[in-house]
Parts: sequence; structure tokens; C-alpha cells
Amino acid sequence: MEKRDSESFNPKIIAFCCYYCAYSAADLAGSLRLQYPPTVRMIEQPCSGKVDIRLLLQAFEEGADGVYVAGCLEGDCHFLKGNIRARKRVNAAKKILDKVGIGGERLEMFNLSGSMGPRFAEIANEMTERILQLGPNPLNLIRTERVNTGEEGDHK
Amino acid sequence: MIVAEAKPLEEILESLNGMSRILIVGCGGCVSVCLAGGEKETGILASALRMKRELAGEPLQTAEETLTRQCDPEYVQQLAKKLEGIDCILSLACGVGVQFLAEHFPQTWVLPALNTKFAGATLEHGLWEERCGLCGECVLGQTGGVCPVIRCAKSLLNGPCGGSQNGKCEVKPNECAWQLIYNRMSQLGRLERLMDVAEAKDWSKSRDGGPRRVVREDVKLDG
Repeated sequence: MEKRDSESFNPKIIAFCCYYCAYSAADLAGSLRLQYPPTVRMIEQPCSGKVDIRLLLQAFEEGADGVYVAGCLEGDCHFLKGNIRARKRVNAAKKILDKVGIGGERLEMFNLSGSMGPRFAEIANEMTERILQLGPNPLNLIRTERVNTGEEGDHK
Repeated sequence: MIVAEAKPLEEILESLNGMSRILIVGCGGCVSVCLAGGEKETGILASALRMKRELAGEPLQTAEETLTRQCDPEYVQQLAKKLEGIDCILSLACGVGVQFLAEHFPQTWVLPALNTKFAGATLEHGLWEERCGLCGECVLGQTGGVCPVIRCAKSLLNGPCGGSQNGKCEVKPNECAWQLIYNRMSQLGRLERLMDVAEAKDWSKSRDGGPRRVVREDVKLDG
């Protein structure tokens, strides 16, 4: 039974990608015909520093199993320090997720450049692997259970 | 500004035991500037509380509102229409805001989400330090703009004490306030002012003895 559950688990991973690096790297990965899992859904950001803690928590609250922020290599941010700030916010959000019970390990910050198409695919694989090991977002488990037992109710 | 910081999530959760519908109210004043209780922090707290409670099998419904200020009646009144069916208000204001909400809505349970720390200034983004002791009778004119009441660990008016070593305080690893006062007076060429001995301060104007009031008849609207 357990095996069947893990086999049917198709993670939903949100990637907040900086336009200047990860988003271009994803393009490059596509041009290079590199395979990466369809579990990753990208959201373009003008800079990784645009991401704030509210946004990260919202992704998990709305059912994401994993989230990552992909910004430029440290020192290479188009806006100078956006990626440094993003990392700090990701670390703060991790602590909140740990306290809440979702688990901070479901959230990660990555740095890469626009020319690192293979690394983009590698990150997508790495994160998918991590989330597959962690299993579904606990909120999703509870919600599925609630639907199965016929309980209704909006989480907000 | 009044500087505050978030209470631990566990403490807030404990205070919300048994509540299922709450109104979370942020404040656009001081706590917004010190990044403790503005609209963004309200959203973060609301999301964290909802997730934690849902995982605990006790879902929490939240409504969020951030007032321009929680210490003025005209803004506080805006909440009157939003209280129907809620179990409590969770306020992200300083202690003033929390009390003001409680005073205006006597039938509603009001809980604080922040610990109010001090009246201070932003030294750098993410770092705030106390600057005013709210003593009710300002002595900054005698001390070159450095407050001995709050910045000296012993609130000495005729300092420094014998524990000032190399410009550092013996109580906390801070700059000695009286060293700062000396440096500033020296820089301004007014060292002789430090020869004036400050008399015992009138502490009856300070915080002891119940709430203080300021009355301005010229701006009062009644009568």
C-alpha cells in the first residue's frame, strides 16, 4: 500500500526563478534538450530578491510540496544584492516552516548563472528527488483525508 | 518610533487555543517601520497560524486588516464592522494599539502578537536601538543630544561612573553614554557645560504613578 502511495506521488514544486539567470538557464536547458522533471513549475521573477516570505508561505499553504528560489551567483546579481537578500528570506521562511510543521527542508535557495542550463536541470532533479523522499506536503495529506472522509471546509 | 518584535509563534498559538475565527490586525505606524507588525508581517503570521492549526486538525479562519494606526480612534473604528462572528482580535500593534482596541471593543477579546520593546531609532536596516526613556522632562539640552537617562545603564545625570573603561560601559557591552556626551561636548567646544552639576531629577514626571496625560486645549474639538 505504501509503495503504491509513493509511486502515485507526483510532487508539485514551485521554482521562483530570476529572469537574469535561472529563467535564461531554463531556456538554455530547453535548447540543449536536457530532460528535467515536469514536477517543477516556474514563476518568473525580475530578481530573486523580489521573493518575500509571504510568497513562499503562500506557495506551501496552497499545496506546493516543495519550493525553491533560484537566483544569480553570489556577487553577480543584476540588482547587486537581491540574491543575498533572497537567501536570508529563504532561511527565515525555513525557520517558520519548521515551527509550523511543514518542514524547512522543503524550501531551498539555489544560485546559478544564465549559462548554466545543465545545472538548472540538475537542480530540478535534485529538488524533485528531495521532495519525493520527504513525501507530500503534510497539508495535502490532511486535506485529502478530509475530502475522503467527507469533511468540508475552507482552509482560509 | 516604538520598536516591537514578534512574540514566539508557540506563545501566540497557545493564546489562540479554542479560537476558530480570528481577526488579525496590523498597524501601519511604528511597528510597520520596525518590520514587526505591518501588512507584510500580518500576512506572514496569518499564513503560519493557519498552516499550523490546520496541521493540528483545528483549522483557523483568519481575516486580516492593517490600520493606518491602532492608536487613533478614527482608524480603530474602521474595525467595528468586521467583528461579527470572530472569537478574538490578534493585534500586531504595540501595547498602545492592543489596549486601544480593547477599550474600543469591550465585547471582543484582544490578544497581543508582539512584545513592545522601546522608543528607539533604526541604526541600520534590521537593527534598532533604544534612544528615549520617555522620562517626561528632557535633559538632552544639557548633555549635547545624548540621553544619559536611557543610554547610561545607571541613568546617571552626573557621570560617568567609575565603571566606564576605555569608553565602554561596565554593565553592558555598549558605549558609555557619558563618554559619548564628553566626546560630543568636546567636539562642539562646550566642555565647560559639563561643569554644571545636574540637580536631582524630578521623576514624578516619569513613568511611575499611573498614566500620564498631555492636554492641548487649543486643539480640542469639544466645547
